[in-house]
Amino acid sequence: MHTPSTNGDFRPTASWDTLRLRAEFLRRLREFFDARGFLEVQTPILSADTVVDRHLDPFRVQISAVSQAGEGSGARAADSGQSRDPTPSPEQAFCPHPSPLPERGGTVTNPQSLIPNPSRYWLQTSPEFAMKRLLAAGAGPIYEVARVFRRDEIGPLHNPEFTLVEWYQPGESLEQGMQLTSDLCEMLLEKRGQTPFAGCQKLARDPCSRNIGKGVAAKGACPLFSAGPAERISYREAFLKYAGLDPHTADARQLVEAVRRLGIEAPATMPPEDRDGWLDLILVERIQSHLGLERPTLLYDYPASQAALARIRHDDPPVAERFELYVAGIELANGYNELLDPQELRRRNAAANAQRRAEEKEALPEESRLLQAMQSGLPAATGVALGFDRLVMLAAGATSIAEVMAFPFHRA
Amino acid sequence: MASYSTSEFRKGLKVQLDGDPYIMIECNFVKPGKGQALYKCKLRNLLRGTVLDRTYKSGDSLEAAEIDEIQAQFLYRQQDHFVFMDNESYEQYELTAEQVGDAWKYLKEGMVCSIVLHNNQPITMTPPNHVVLRVEYCEPGAKGNTATNVTKPCKVDTGAEFPCPAFVEMGDLIKIDTRTGEYLERVKE
Repeated sequence: MHTPSTNGDFRPTASWDTLRLRAEFLRRLREFFDARGFLEVQTPILSADTVVDRHLDPFRVQISAVSQAGEGSGARAADSGQSRDPTPSPEQAFCPHPSPLPERGGTVTNPQSLIPNPSRYWLQTSPEFAMKRLLAAGAGPIYEVARVFRRDEIGPLHNPEFTLVEWYQPGESLEQGMQLTSDLCEMLLEKRGQTPFAGCQKLARDPCSRNIGKGVAAKGACPLFSAGPAERISYREAFLKYAGLDPHTADARQLVEAVRRLGIEAPATMPPEDRDGWLDLILVERIQSHLGLERPTLLYDYPASQAALARIRHDDPPVAERFELYVAGIELANGYNELLDPQELRRRNAAANAQRRAEEKEALPEESRLLQAMQSGLPAATGVALGFDRLVMLAAGATSIAEVMAFPFHRA
Repeated sequence: MASYSTSEFRKGLKVQLDGDPYIMIECNFVKPGKGQALYKCKLRNLLRGTVLDRTYKSGDSLEAAEIDEIQAQFLYRQQDHFVFMDNESYEQYELTAEQVGDAWKYLKEGMVCSIVLHNNQPITMTPPNHVVLRVEYCEPGAKGNTATNVTKPCKVDTGAEFPCPAFVEMGDLIKIDTRTGEYLERVKE
């Protein structure tokens, strides 16, 4: 279906104004972190380790140009990395610059032998593992502007390759992470003089954005008129207020019932016992659109079953020390009080892989240099990842992520 | 049987649901950062025209619609029916005025159109993107007025009317874009 207009496909999908705004945001963001004593770091995006998450699918990369028998079958991923470096000492293992070269280099004939496990490198879904290895190695506060990759994520708010701004700050409480996220958002989205960013006004008008800025349209409110410090609502309060249920105590049957009562169209294949699946559905369909309308909103204290790599606080009921930042109903950032216990990480990796296998997805390596770093001792820290492209979308008034990228996936 | 996984979902996909063919008219990807990916779709029933909202999660799949697309020429209109003939099998198909919709405005004898069949029953037809029609009646235009932004209604040989520039005259052959109903240009015999 080639039409003459495809000749324009080489051109960027973002306007020059938007590309300049991106550059300005990057500059201001670096100033923000530099002024607070954070060190900018760069970590491998192509790594032998990858985050093991039920719902994140990394791109696997074949490292050697010479194809190998049996490669790509997916079977090797399930052996959970046991075959790599039998028992390296912790020091060597998570040292930022390990030396894989043989002691005497003269006799290397097979370049693949330099690579510990050539069939199993991954494009990172976030720089989380490598940044925590730096923390364990004594880094102090660090940030990274990282290009990351996630398979099958494409839509108005998703591109398979995107930019995450991720930062870590040694310290005991989630509070410092929430505060810094709020400050950063306030600094970047503050109105300039009397002119608020066009973003929310357009979101409120444009019917195409009804799925992302629905709440804005309904209330006619603009979060950026009064950026200010973020307001806070716990996951539990939000569910009670907008869905009339307690997300920590409702059982799966009650969640299914609530979905029906709220008139939410649910996938026919949702397993009735998948509590987190039902909670996600309610969050997406009935809660997100209320968040971040008057001002940025921090949603915090997630169900323990959705802890990912956050610590669990053993309240009654226990909650994950995790938060997300919302502006105009759009999820912008995700933060943790970081899990420090390597045994707990092992358990969560195994559980995530069990779920992945049940959903016929590739299992991901459970052993990693992050585990070695945690065994050697990860200092207490909060970590936050912020979707940079979405932040620019809000400021630019874009209703699709393609409008803020030079070349999104379909033109990449 | 052919099927589409969620990663292949896109606008325009023709799928089978409960035995009926549907076309995907909207597909929105939503995903909480650490949560389940969902595909919120709108599907139009190709037989009834009704629209369904359906949500799928990653890993789901839909069967491809059991439809065929044929090239058929328009033969004639009989009251509320339009009769077409398959160019290869010479089999004849009747479509209702409702199935033809606004496309009647472009239909001239012998015109080759695309027809979608479900269980060998025609369900929709699409005329060629561009058709040439003869102007049978219009008000005389001012000589020398070559502006294209001033239009007047022109009745063509199918009985339909299209807005055309003022310089178009009776007997002219004009090219129309059937996707928009817009006048494109005058053409020579």
